[in-house]
Amino acid sequence: MIEIRGLAKSYGDHQALKDVTLSIRPGEFVVVLGPSGAGKSTLLRCINRLIDPTAGDIVVDGTSLSSNRRDLRLLRRNVAMIFQQHNLVKRLSVLKNVLVGRMADLSPVLSSLQLFPEADVKIAMHCLEQVAMSHKAKSRADALSGGEQQRVGIARALAQQPKFMLADEPVASLDPKTSRTVLTYLKKSCKESNIAVLCNLHQIDYALEFAERVVGLSAGQIVYDGPPSGVSGDVIRSIYPGLDDPNVLDAAQRLTERRRTAAEAVIAAAAVASDGNGERA
Amino acid sequence: MSLQFVVNKPRGPLGWWILAPILGATLAILWWSAQGTHLSITGFIDGLPWIADFIGRMLPPNFAFMQKLVKPAVETVQIALWGTLLGIVLALPVCFFAARNLSPYAWVFHGLRQVLNVMRGINEIILALIFVAAVGLGPFAGVLAIALHGAGMLGKFFAEAIEEIDEGPLDALRAAGAGTLQRIVFGVLPQVLPTWIGVVLYRFETNIRVSTVLGMVGAGGIGFELISSMKLFAYEDTAACVIVILVLVLATDLVSSKLRAMIR
Repeated sequence: MIEIRGLAKSYGDHQALKDVTLSIRPGEFVVVLGPSGAGKSTLLRCINRLIDPTAGDIVVDGTSLSSNRRDLRLLRRNVAMIFQQHNLVKRLSVLKNVLVGRMADLSPVLSSLQLFPEADVKIAMHCLEQVAMSHKAKSRADALSGGEQQRVGIARALAQQPKFMLADEPVASLDPKTSRTVLTYLKKSCKESNIAVLCNLHQIDYALEFAERVVGLSAGQIVYDGPPSGVSGDVIRSIYPGLDDPNVLDAAQRLTERRRTAAEAVIAAAAVASDGNGERA
Repeated sequence: MSLQFVVNKPRGPLGWWILAPILGATLAILWWSAQGTHLSITGFIDGLPWIADFIGRMLPPNFAFMQKLVKPAVETVQIALWGTLLGIVLALPVCFFAARNLSPYAWVFHGLRQVLNVMRGINEIILALIFVAAVGLGPFAGVLAIALHGAGMLGKFFAEAIEEIDEGPLDALRAAGAGTLQRIVFGVLPQVLPTWIGVVLYRFETNIRVSTVLGMVGAGGIGFELISSMKLFAYEDTAACVIVILVLVLATDLVSSKLRAMIR
């Protein structure tokens, strides 16, 4: 359980985040929607303290983590991050990039001498398998395509064996087909390891498709927090003030309805199946 | 074909007239400097016969003298090699603190940059004179002079390379809980190494050129033979020295540019 309590960040007079409170259950896939400048990135970077928040607490499994060295290490070990620009070290091999995820627990001197415990190399290889990239383990990171690099980015985050994963617009620079692949790997692998995900997205359709819960952020405040089926045209208008593109609103509406009917169909099918089982029993 | 002049008029109320004072000041400074340096075309033309006379005396070069130049030439390379290496050793620990993006405090960064400026500001020949006084005549003084000046150069270039890295991977390392040493080894070094190697090779080229003249102040190398042959008016020997120096410098340039092309 990750709890974010009263998180706020101001830059001078500008309040980027205002009193954001969220609690995320283990294994939950949460998508944050919001216009550019709404504070999505700031929110994520305040959670793992890449940016120092002005106020607020991050509570991991009931322990409030402050900004002292020991807590920071504990926080960053539990919270992994995926970046828009992948942020792989281009001249290093894929495997070594994934091993970066293990580094919080490794001896600085031995790892600097390029010596890694076999167990950690095994974990890294396993994480590469989860995103179907183990065949490229020895390639240099800059030899991969954008989508492949982001999958390695996911593997690096998985290698931390975190409780919680932050994804800052992980598919913003990828084409639609690759985006879908990357998001599918992200969701699948996090489900396998019961990792909660907080993922910033710009694409409303992906948000509605992949999210189990949508958080709408506008001008540093949460304006919606609920299931994707509740994201109506009005909700979208409140997240993106001034957006009056009938196409987007229409598409969102249709997606939501389709999803709702699909969910209802699944429930109905489940009911039928359980009835059938009941009869057989 | 009709052409259009596509240049923005300078901003500000003066428009193009802003160029007049700039042009005027430039011309004035150049005129003043020409006076200071006794710049004179007639002086150069009058001197031409004497240059021809000097070159005439150097010909033919005394190729037999080259036998005596092998040892000093090798010494020149040795001075450049160790001067460069010690320069790297001095610059390495400093450069991380002299890079704006890694330095823990602004005053550390500013202070170290000034230290590097001072080291770089003093010419190798002057440093060599000081070290000759300290450790005596010979190549070791040359090594120390090149090392100190080179450390100032390398420290600055190393630090500038660090300032130009993509900080995204550093964020990723920080987010993964990696420590300082790990961030440097896995985040900084892979990004700066190609640039650093290029800088070191360029520095080695420069140091070869410098160490060919260090001998003039008694700090070892082929420069000593050059200056003594001139003092003895043995200009054919001087020509031999010049040829050996040229070969040395050109060979180093060739090797180092080949090596630099190999780094990706």
